[in-house]
Amino acid sequence: MKKNLNQNLWIAFFTIPGLLIVISFIVIPLFMSMFNSMYSWESINRDQWIGFGNFIKIFTQYPYKDRFFNAIGNNVEWFVTTMLVQNLIGLLFGYLLYKRIHGFEIFQRIFFIPVLFSIVAVGFLWSLYLNPNMGIVNKLLTDMGLENLTKAWLGDEALATPSIIAVNMWRWIGFPTLVFYAGFNAVPEKVVEAAYLDGVGEWKLFWKVMFPLIIPSVTIITVLTLIGSLNVFEQVYTMAGLEGGPFYSTDTLGTLFYRTAFGGVDSGLPEIGIGSAISVVIYLLTFGISAVSIIGLGKKEVAL
Amino acid sequence: MKRKIAIYFFSVICLSMAFSNGQNETVKNDDSKVKLNFWSWRTEDVRVYDSLIDIYESKNPGVEVTFTAYKNTEYNTILSAALKGGTGPDIIQLKPYGGLETFAKPGYLMPLDDKVPELSNFTETALGGVVSINDGKTYGIPYASQTLVIYYNKGMYKELGLEVPETWEEFKANLKTMKDAGYNGLANGGKDGWTLEVLQGVIGPNFYGANDYFSDITSGKTDFNDPRYQESFDKLLELREFMPKNFMGIGYTDMQMLFINEMAGHFIGGAWEAAYFAKENPVMEVGVFAGPVAKKGDTRYVSSFVDGSFGMSATTEHSKEATSFLRFMASTEAGQFLSDNLKMKSDVPGVAFTDPFLEELGTLNKNSTPYLTLVGFRYEQPTGSSLLQSALQGMMADSIDSKEVANQVQKGVETWYAPFKK
Repeated sequence: MKKNLNQNLWIAFFTIPGLLIVISFIVIPLFMSMFNSMYSWESINRDQWIGFGNFIKIFTQYPYKDRFFNAIGNNVEWFVTTMLVQNLIGLLFGYLLYKRIHGFEIFQRIFFIPVLFSIVAVGFLWSLYLNPNMGIVNKLLTDMGLENLTKAWLGDEALATPSIIAVNMWRWIGFPTLVFYAGFNAVPEKVVEAAYLDGVGEWKLFWKVMFPLIIPSVTIITVLTLIGSLNVFEQVYTMAGLEGGPFYSTDTLGTLFYRTAFGGVDSGLPEIGIGSAISVVIYLLTFGISAVSIIGLGKKEVAL
Repeated sequence: MKRKIAIYFFSVICLSMAFSNGQNETVKNDDSKVKLNFWSWRTEDVRVYDSLIDIYESKNPGVEVTFTAYKNTEYNTILSAALKGGTGPDIIQLKPYGGLETFAKPGYLMPLDDKVPELSNFTETALGGVVSINDGKTYGIPYASQTLVIYYNKGMYKELGLEVPETWEEFKANLKTMKDAGYNGLANGGKDGWTLEVLQGVIGPNFYGANDYFSDITSGKTDFNDPRYQESFDKLLELREFMPKNFMGIGYTDMQMLFINEMAGHFIGGAWEAAYFAKENPVMEVGVFAGPVAKKGDTRYVSSFVDGSFGMSATTEHSKEATSFLRFMASTEAGQFLSDNLKMKSDVPGVAFTDPFLEELGTLNKNSTPYLTLVGFRYEQPTGSSLLQSALQGMMADSIDSKEVANQVQKGVETWYAPFKK
């Protein structure tokens, strides 16, 4: 009995600090922003209860509505591009590593190294690389005789978001690679052998046998990509700035929220009510979409 | 047993950490003095302010002023949190116009009208940055104003045999000569929207009719869709061909780099750049001129604005001492000291500019006009500035035309600007 009590005390001792942090930095702020989003604000003071007024503003009034839907559009672009390009390449890399291609031990490490880099450092360095007149990217293109391909990368409305996504892929590709690699390795060898004995070709083996068996990894990566795409902030903040420039082409829900709630650097003023409302929308979107995709993709899992 | 010892040590460490702060403070403090806290965002200028405070303290032995500077981009957040929590400073460095309003409107600041008689000597332009548009009271001592100008590389002008231009055509001819000689005419780019707002602030006024348009728009007689304002944007489009290649990717620091390394002949920006240029390339000779005019003999305006001010917290416990300190900050002595040491164009009456650059700014300011979007339209969201900055990026990249720029600024500002609602 005494031992049991002692044990419980120890469990409490180790969990309470973590719980306190989660409660004070995640749970309370979450409810605070829900609370704040229901009020109108007199600069930095809570003013009157206006119910869903701030939400209505976001969805119907210029310029909030334009900024909001523009930002969501960019978040969708992040998700689609990341899924189609990064995660497919990750799947390929993971499979190649699993196949023990020549030098796989070196690649395994190389792919993962950028994942360990600080996101801010990566953003800063790449914005130097992509600088139109002293960056390494345009220099390389010029040296290769492709001068007409040199672009203002981060300053071009059509290219800014794809450029930032590409940098993020460069940084993050090791993660899906690793997850898929682990997924492939977990497929029992006898299944693969049996397939070979039955004369299944490589292509069929991959799509009919291996892929269905790594659906749990695919679910994880999809959900993480979704959450990541909805919460994009640092990449845009370090490479394009808080205004989501040029002309809002890189604006995401993250930068829009930050800029609205705390005020842009020097030229904008804080609108805490509307900022809180945006953050609540981000929360609901993240929660809803991840719940749906976990349930939906979970059904596709195949048991051996 | 070992566990108990470990826990004991852990708690001792925690406790000592918790108390160490307090101990340090008691060593420094002298309880007989009134302590004033003075907050600022000028981390670069801590030494100058400390020596200014030394002068004040030597005259007022009973008061101890502590100057603390926070990072510029975090200053507003830190200050709002502190004022709301009741732990704010006694003396506050304030941003002008809308930045002042953020704190004045909810009542965090003390009105200074009957506390600091020196205020009556300041110019109307200077006071424009410290008077709340909400209640008309004065909340700060303006310390400096900024001017928007065109910098030019004197060496390059000599080499190419150019003269300081007066009209728009002369200016463009100079840019063309530079371009033909293989230089970038302008260092300016469009990646950072605010540099485009500044560009508009330099070029625009001499085409939209400077002060006339300003008084028309602030009184609600006209709005941003006024053709005068719209057409001034088209002038910016004419400058694109003299900007660096891929100029939409050129950010603020790239602009500075191009000018400092003498790769571009002009830099359109604010007076605050001068000190940095001089420090980074002391050999380069730099001159300034105002935005060019349409035809010879037209009055040539520069945009100017109040850079900030010093105010007092409404809840300070030492309002007598804080008032005495602010009166000192409004004195010619303090103004002269800051102007000499920080190379800024002081707004304090009686300050003489010893620095040739400041003197030149003084001359340009004989015809000054308020920096339109900052002075008039940064009071509420969406601010005229934030709308204009992004819309100009769209225009410079040909996504929208000048008419649409004006329209977007108008649509945003009219949601809150009272004179437009009449």
